[in-house]
Amino acid sequence: MALMIGIPRETAAGEKRVATVPEVVEKLVKLGFKVAVESGAGEAANCSDEAYRAAGAEIINGAAALWSASDIVFKVAVPTSAEVELMREGGVLIGFVWPAQNPELMKQLAAKKATVLAIDALPRMLSRAQKMDALTSQAGVAGYRAVIEAANVFGRFFNGQITAAGKVPPAKVFIAGAGVAGLAAIGTAAGLGAIVRANDTRAEVADQVKSLGGEFVKVEYEEEGGGGGGYAKVMSEGFQQAQREMYAKQAREVDIIITTALIPGKPAPRLITAEMVQSMKPGSVIVDMAAERGGNCELTEPGQAVVKHGVTIVGYTDLNSRLAKQSSSLYATNLFRLTEELCKTKDGIIDVNMEDDAIRGLTVIKNGEVTWPAPAPKLPAAKPAAAKPVVAPAAHGHGTGGAPASAGKTAAIFGVAALLFLLVGAYAPAAFLGHFTVFVLACFVGYMVVWNVTPALHTPLMSVTNAISSIIAIGALVQIAPPLELGLDRPDEWIRWLAVAGIALTAVNMFGGFAVTRRMLSMFRK
Amino acid sequence: MSASLATVAYIGAIILFILSLGGLSSPESSRRGNLYGMIGMTIAVLATVFGPRVTMAGIPWIIGAMVVGGSIGLYAARKVQMTQMPELVALMHSLVGLAACLVGFANYIDPMSSLNLSSAEKAIHEIEVYVGILIGAVTFSGSLIAFGKLSGKIGGKPLLLPGRHFLNLIGLLVVIAFGYQFLHAETISAGMIALTVMTVIALLFGIHMVMAIGGADMPVVVSMLNSYSGWAAAATGFMLNNDLLIVVGALVGSSGAILSYIMCRAMNRNFISVIAGGFGGGTPVKKFGGDAQPAGEVVAINATETAELLREAKNVIIVPGYGMAVAQAQHTVYEITQLLREKGVNVRFGIHPVAGRMPGHMNVLLAEAKVPYDIVMEMDELNGDFPDTDVAIVIGANDIVNPAAQDDPTSPIAGMPVLEVWKAKTSIMMKRSMAAGYAGVDNPLFYKDNNRMLFGDAKKMLDEVLVALKA
Repeated sequence: MALMIGIPRETAAGEKRVATVPEVVEKLVKLGFKVAVESGAGEAANCSDEAYRAAGAEIINGAAALWSASDIVFKVAVPTSAEVELMREGGVLIGFVWPAQNPELMKQLAAKKATVLAIDALPRMLSRAQKMDALTSQAGVAGYRAVIEAANVFGRFFNGQITAAGKVPPAKVFIAGAGVAGLAAIGTAAGLGAIVRANDTRAEVADQVKSLGGEFVKVEYEEEGGGGGGYAKVMSEGFQQAQREMYAKQAREVDIIITTALIPGKPAPRLITAEMVQSMKPGSVIVDMAAERGGNCELTEPGQAVVKHGVTIVGYTDLNSRLAKQSSSLYATNLFRLTEELCKTKDGIIDVNMEDDAIRGLTVIKNGEVTWPAPAPKLPAAKPAAAKPVVAPAAHGHGTGGAPASAGKTAAIFGVAALLFLLVGAYAPAAFLGHFTVFVLACFVGYMVVWNVTPALHTPLMSVTNAISSIIAIGALVQIAPPLELGLDRPDEWIRWLAVAGIALTAVNMFGGFAVTRRMLSMFRK
Repeated sequence: MSASLATVAYIGAIILFILSLGGLSSPESSRRGNLYGMIGMTIAVLATVFGPRVTMAGIPWIIGAMVVGGSIGLYAARKVQMTQMPELVALMHSLVGLAACLVGFANYIDPMSSLNLSSAEKAIHEIEVYVGILIGAVTFSGSLIAFGKLSGKIGGKPLLLPGRHFLNLIGLLVVIAFGYQFLHAETISAGMIALTVMTVIALLFGIHMVMAIGGADMPVVVSMLNSYSGWAAAATGFMLNNDLLIVVGALVGSSGAILSYIMCRAMNRNFISVIAGGFGGGTPVKKFGGDAQPAGEVVAINATETAELLREAKNVIIVPGYGMAVAQAQHTVYEITQLLREKGVNVRFGIHPVAGRMPGHMNVLLAEAKVPYDIVMEMDELNGDFPDTDVAIVIGANDIVNPAAQDDPTSPIAGMPVLEVWKAKTSIMMKRSMAAGYAGVDNPLFYKDNNRMLFGDAKKMLDEVLVALKA
């Protein structure tokens, strides 16, 4: 029995997004689901009821009827308690939930015996989960829109121009925080021709900033700011001092500041003080993308665009709704990808597989039981292992390959090696030991050198080692006609012929090996 | 040239050899690396020829032997096709092994070599001779068999004698017993008997060992024999008290050992089980067939439809295997790649470490076809990209793209790292038939919904795809 996916009209004030779009409805139907859309749900995002109907959705009038008809509800904004009331007992809800901020809502949902997948609880570290990452897709849209809002109130061109009427300098944009939103803003601003600078407490994003055409401004203080999960953490006092100085300097120089700094579970950090705003040139613009969480700028008024000290401070909290169509279609695709993961059988039935890291992280309530927070997903280092189901190699006598040897095994190897060395040391004459030393060291040199060889060149490696193993020719060379000691009965003829044969054989390798390696290597090209 | 001067020249040669291997860390520096190797070899040979241990009487012989061997080598190097590289390399290993044997025998019958040695030194020297010939003989016969198998002169199926481990064990005991006799031989001719018997056993052992190994395990065998040829050189170095030989032998030996290790890891098998053999056979496999029969339908497509899929794709990953080498299809693959790239399609190649019959085999073939090496990726580099890939084409590979390795713990290839082509939107398997790969395992990929089968000879089908793409 195929399940019904319901798309209610968003009720939050100013929310123009919708949880799915007609293009995605088609795909959901292909997965075997039935889709119901509340009449007018997509209106604000330019998706008409007709378009939904044409894509195969049923249009239902009124929220109550829709919620009661749906087995699974796709939402954008956090559901209100009135909406949860409408929800069917034991239903499934997928959307933003923010379980940490909304404990009451969680209780209410649990009481409904609901299964809730909070898209905001997705383990973002899993590369597999990226296609479902709605935080990222929405932040990207918001970052783009922030630049557009800034351009809207900024009195000049973004790009520098030399015209008959005089020279126009390019706008200077400073972007605080190079997360997804920040990076999108960098790309957009650079695309409009502005000079873009950006800063982030996580030094590793510098390359990403540069790749989008921005310049990374460092804080002159040594501290690493990665806080796990791709977010930043709270920094030390000394660092913050240095950071404030840097921001003050940027504020004096740039025309536009876009702030995106957020720390999970904490109010947004205050980066831009009133004095900094004062120091900015008249006509400058600040877009505070953290307005909803208190703002990165002291003077931000959430939801408003205000002018203070001649600087326009944009504190809109609905940047996504200001680009509703784009936000909705990306969000819809995120949810579709998630649905695909839930419905691998493509028969319109979902399976909330708690063994799956991504699904486990998303699921905050399962059949009325709160399962949030999920245990930490495996670290990125363990990612390849997580991607594969664990098998039991031992059962087949297969080696564990790359796994590091256990302590016991290592100890055993060392023990055997020590014993062997002891034997060699006890019985071997001094002359042998000299050669033995050389041998052991050469083995290690070979080990170190060969690990650096790129796998693409393994065949040339074999042919070149083949060529140089013809060094054995030296053994034959010294036998062919050595300076003889008198009085020895030496079977000269025999030795000579053996040696000549040896030289001829190794010469094949010597010349052939190097020549064929050369031939191969000359073929490798970019 | 004095002895000290010769030694210094040897040190120079050693450094050059190490630099030569180091140069292979990237394609840019590899050509210089090869040049270093050549210079090192020239220095080593000249320093020996003009050194204190060779008199003028030997020069004509040396030149004669060098000219004969060298011209054969150069001829072979020029004529060999890139698909035949594994055969050539195996054949060359056998030459090193044979040379090590010859040098060992010559050294043993030369009374000068054991002159002025104390009894402990003499014993050590004789052990060195014995071990050197042993390794040389195993390398020689093993490589010859590997050559036969790779070139198709001997069937690829493993030959599994009853009680083969037992036979090997007996062989080892006999070798040790004769080694004891050899050490206590009064005269050279008495020692010769023991030495000859041991050589014969070693040759048989080499044959037996490689005969028992299946086609898909060949990369391991070739790199193992590569390693052996190095150890043979090192043993010869000990025998002759020559540090240059010891160092070079150790370099080559450890290089081959690392390659074997990498190959084993890529198949999730342990070295001993590969050498013990029996993988490529099919005897232990069939019992899995019954309950784990993959369900679903096999959907075949033709070249035109394949071209259609490629034309609409944005991201394409090509996974070549031994089938591409057999069909000599690499040039057509390149033409298709070029055509697609001109249309803005992102084409990349995914190379499994054990694709083909020797380490890096596919890379060389693609390089020969002028495929730029920066779009040729290792498995780990692009395995995560398959979900974003529109079309993944598998050309003549099977086990390395078998999802059973991940999904089915009872599969004989369970746990082997594989290229996850089934995660692409569409995967296309080019194969001659539905036959199983070398591991003898059925491939559930054939039955996946998003998989299409393009049956036929790889070269012929790709030519048709190319024509359809151009149309």
